[in-house]
Amino acid sequence: MARVQLQSLSKQFGTTDVIRGVDLDIADGEFVVFVGPSGCGKSTLLRLIAGLEEASAGSIFIGGEDVTHRPPSKRGVAMVFQSYALYPHMDAYKNIAFGLKMAEASAESVDQRVRRVADMLQISNLLDRRPRELSGGQRQRVAIARAIVREPHVFLFDEPLSNLDAALRTQTRLEIARLHDDLGSTMIYVTHDQQEAMTLADRIVLLNKGRIQQVGKPAELYRRPATRFVAEFIGSPPMNFLSVQIEGGAATLATGERIPLQTQISGAVDLGVRPEALALAEHEAPASLRARVVHTEDLGDACFVHASIADRSRLVARLAGDAAVPSKGQSIYLRLPSEGLHFFGRDGHRVG
Amino acid sequence: MISRSLSSERKRAAWLFLTPMLFILTAVAVWPLGRTIYLSLTNATLVDMTNYRLVGLSNYIAYDEGRWYGVLTDPQWIAALRNTLIFVVISVSLETVFGVLIALLLNTTFPGRGVMRAAMLVPWAIPTVVSAKMWSWMLNDQFGVVNDALMRIGVTAEPVAWLAEPSLAMASVIMVDVWKTTPFVALLALAALQMVPNDCYEAAEVDGVGSFKVFFHVTLPLIAPALAVAVIFRLLDAMRMFDLVYVMTGATDATMTLSVFAQRELVSFQDVGYGSAASTLVFFVIAMLTALYMMTMRLDLDGRSR
Amino acid sequence: MTRRFRTVGLGIAALICTAVLLFPLYYALLTSLKSGSELFRVSYWPGEIDLSSYARVWSEQNFARNILNSVVVAFWVVLLSMTLAITASFALGRVRFAGRKTLLYAILAISMFPQVAVLSGLFELIRFFGLYNNLASLVLSYMIFTLPFTVWILTTFMRDLPLELEEAAIMDGLSSYVIVRHIFLPLMAPAMAATGLLAFIAAWNEFLFALTFTLSNEQRTVPVAIALITGASEYELPWGSIMAASVIVTVPLIALVLVFQRRMVAGLTAGAVKG
Repeated sequence: MARVQLQSLSKQFGTTDVIRGVDLDIADGEFVVFVGPSGCGKSTLLRLIAGLEEASAGSIFIGGEDVTHRPPSKRGVAMVFQSYALYPHMDAYKNIAFGLKMAEASAESVDQRVRRVADMLQISNLLDRRPRELSGGQRQRVAIARAIVREPHVFLFDEPLSNLDAALRTQTRLEIARLHDDLGSTMIYVTHDQQEAMTLADRIVLLNKGRIQQVGKPAELYRRPATRFVAEFIGSPPMNFLSVQIEGGAATLATGERIPLQTQISGAVDLGVRPEALALAEHEAPASLRARVVHTEDLGDACFVHASIADRSRLVARLAGDAAVPSKGQSIYLRLPSEGLHFFGRDGHRVG
Repeated sequence: MISRSLSSERKRAAWLFLTPMLFILTAVAVWPLGRTIYLSLTNATLVDMTNYRLVGLSNYIAYDEGRWYGVLTDPQWIAALRNTLIFVVISVSLETVFGVLIALLLNTTFPGRGVMRAAMLVPWAIPTVVSAKMWSWMLNDQFGVVNDALMRIGVTAEPVAWLAEPSLAMASVIMVDVWKTTPFVALLALAALQMVPNDCYEAAEVDGVGSFKVFFHVTLPLIAPALAVAVIFRLLDAMRMFDLVYVMTGATDATMTLSVFAQRELVSFQDVGYGSAASTLVFFVIAMLTALYMMTMRLDLDGRSR
Repeated sequence: MTRRFRTVGLGIAALICTAVLLFPLYYALLTSLKSGSELFRVSYWPGEIDLSSYARVWSEQNFARNILNSVVVAFWVVLLSMTLAITASFALGRVRFAGRKTLLYAILAISMFPQVAVLSGLFELIRFFGLYNNLASLVLSYMIFTLPFTVWILTTFMRDLPLELEEAAIMDGLSSYVIVRHIFLPLMAPAMAATGLLAFIAAWNEFLFALTFTLSNEQRTVPVAIALITGASEYELPWGSIMAASVIVTVPLIALVLVFQRRMVAGLTAGAVKG
C-alpha cells in the first residue's frame, strides 16, 4: 500500500513560513504533480515527504505508517533529483547498485535487479560508462533506474526535466508517463511547468505561498479553477480578467459599458474569460466589448489577438488558425460567451 | 538544509568523526601547553619531574635581597627578546619586499620564466637544518665561498667571521631566512597578482599612468589582503623560530631567539620550571598577536553552514 | 628598442635570482664531491670527483638508518593525519552543530602554538608512556602541526562538495561513514594528495621535537642527524660528509616537489589567498 497522507503539515525556516498547514491525501498508484510559481513551496513539500526536511508541525503517513520522524531510508521512498546527483566516479551499474549493495543484499539478487531495471529503461548498453560519458537524457535514466531498483512505495521527482533541452523534455515526459503505466507506483512529481503538470498528472496540486490553492484533475483546474490564482496559472495565455459590478442581469465595467449576463451573482466581482472563449464580432452586439488591436501573434494553428479596451486594460483572444486576422490598430468587437464565464470575489475565491 | 531527525544520525556520526582527532590534538597540544604553564609555576627539574614544589610566579619575576630574579629580568632573556624582534621585523619586511618584487618579475613573460618558477621551490623544499648547514659552510670564515668571493672582488681584505662575530651573526641568520622564505612569499604574491584583472592595468595604460604609480595605487591595494594574510603567518612563524639559529650559531647572546632561550633552559640547564616560564612567555606573545589579528580581521572560516 | 631592453633586463634579473636560489645547493654538491685537503680550497667549478664523502656518510654515520627513520615517521604522520582529518573535515564542513565555528578557530589557533611551549608538557607525557627515544613519540607529537592545516584545507574542500550528491546518497540509505568513505573520498583525492605531500614535507623537516625526544643515533631522523654530524675533534666539522648528507636528503625532496609543484602551490596558496 502506497497511500500518502499529509495532515496539517507546516514548515518554517527560521521565522519564515514556507509550508502552511497542508492537508493532502494521495491514493495508491496515483501520479500527483505539485506545481506552482517559484517559492511556492512545492520542492519543500516534496523534500518533507522524502525526509530531507523535518516538519515543523503536522504528520506524514506513507502506506498507513507515521513516518514523520523517520529518516528517508526508512520511509519506502526514492527520489530523482533535478541534477541527477549521480556518483561521479562510479559507472552507471555501480550507481544503480550501490544502495542495494550497502544494504547487504546478495550479489546475485543485486545484479539481477540492476539488469532488469536497466532493461526497462533501455540503458543496458550504458552500464559500464561513467556519468561524464553519458548525455543528459541518459544520466536522467540512470538516476531513474537508481530510484526504481530500490522498489519504493513512492517515487519522488524533483523537477527532473528542467536540465534537459526542449525536444528531450517531451520525449522523457512520455517515458515517465509510460513508466507510471508499467510500474503502477505512486508518483509525486514537482515542476514549475504547467504543461508538464497538465499532461502527466492524474491530479494536480497547485501551491502558492505554502498553501494549496486547489487539488484536482487537470481538467477540473482548467474548467473550474477554485481561485483567481489557479485560473491565472493554468492555461496559456492566461485567463482574461475584468473588474465588474453586477446587478440586475448586467455587468458594468469600469469603462462604463454594460454587458447583459444570465447569472445569480451580484456585487463587485472579477469576471474571468479564457482567450478561446472570446469571439470576434463584426459589429456591436450585446455582450461584446469594443477594443483596439495592439498586437497579433499568428502561430499557424491559432492566432492570438491582443487588444486594449476603453480603460486601457488588455484582453487576449484566441482565434482559429484560418480565421481572418485583424490588423494592428483596427477597431474590433470581442463578444463574451454566455457560458464559460468565471466569477471571482475580491478575495480571489470562486463565486458561483 | 538537512532535516533534524536525519541530522541526528549525521550529528552522531560527526561527533564520532571528530572525537579521535580532537582527542589527539588535545593530548599533544592542549594538555602539554597546560602542563608547561603549570610547570612554570614550579621548581621542577628535568632529572626528576615528579618531585617539585609550587613557587608561584617566581620563575617569571621575583625580588629577593636586593636583586631581581626570574625570566623577565634575565638579561639573556631580554637579549633574546631583542634578537627575536629584530629578526622578525627585518626578516619579514625583507621577505615581503623581495617577495613582491620577484612576484612582479614572474608575472611578466621572459625567456626562462618556467625555470625560475621551478627554482623558486628549491629553497622551500630543502629542510631548514640542511639550509642552515649549507649556508654555514658557505659563510665559514676560513674556507667559506662567500669570503672567498668577496675577497676576490675586493670588497673585503680579510676573511669575515659571519657567524662568530656578534654584530654579523644575526645579519647572517636573517639573510638565510630571507633566502629560504622569500620564494614562499613570492609565490603567494604571484597568486594574488594573477587574480588582479587585466582591465585595471589596461585602463591605467590608456590613462597614461606611469608604472610606479600603477603599482602603488592599483596593484598594491588589490593584492594587499592576500599579502596581509601571508605577512601575518610569517610574523607568527618568525616569532617562534628555532631551527635556524640553533644550527647556525647555537645559543649565543647575539642571535638567541626566545625559543632558543627556552629550549636551552629546559634541555641544557635542565631547569624545567624556569624553562617552562620562558616557553609560556613565548606562547603568550604569540597568543596576543594572534588574538589581535583575529579581532581586527575577523576571519570568516564559516562560509555556507548547513 | 626599449621593449627588448626591458626583456633583457628582466632576463638578467631572473638569472641573478635563479642563481642566488640555486647556488647553495650547487655548492653543497660541489663540496660533497671533494675530500681531504681539497675541501679547504675554494673552487667554483667541479674538479675531480671523489665520492668518499658519500661512502663515509653511509657507513660511519649510519645515514641510511636515519633516512629510514625519517621515511617511517613521515609515512605514519601522513597516514594518521589524513585519516583523522578527512573524517573530521566531514563533520566540520558539512554538519551544522553548536560550537562548530569556535572549534574551527580553536584548531587554527593550535597551529600557532610555538613548539617550545609544549616541549616540557610533551616530554613529560612521552616519558610517562615510555616512548622516549622511540619514533612513535615523533609521529604523535607531529600531529600538533599537521592536523590543523590538513583539517583546515580538507574542510574547505569538503564544504564545496554538492549537497544533492549527499542527499541522493541519503535517499539510497547510506550512512555518513559510507558516504565519506565511498562517495566523498574519491572526489577529494586531488586535495588529499596535495595536503598529504605538505604533511610529508613538514614531518620530514621537523627538528626540535626530533632533537628532544630521541637520544641514540639509531632513532634519529635526518635533520637531527645532519645537525649533529661531528668530526674527529670538537672544532673540526666534516664538511664533506655534511654536504654529502645534505645532497642525499635534498635531491629526492626537490624531485618530489618539482613533480608535484603545481598541486602544492595550489594547496599552499589556497589557504592563504582564499583566506
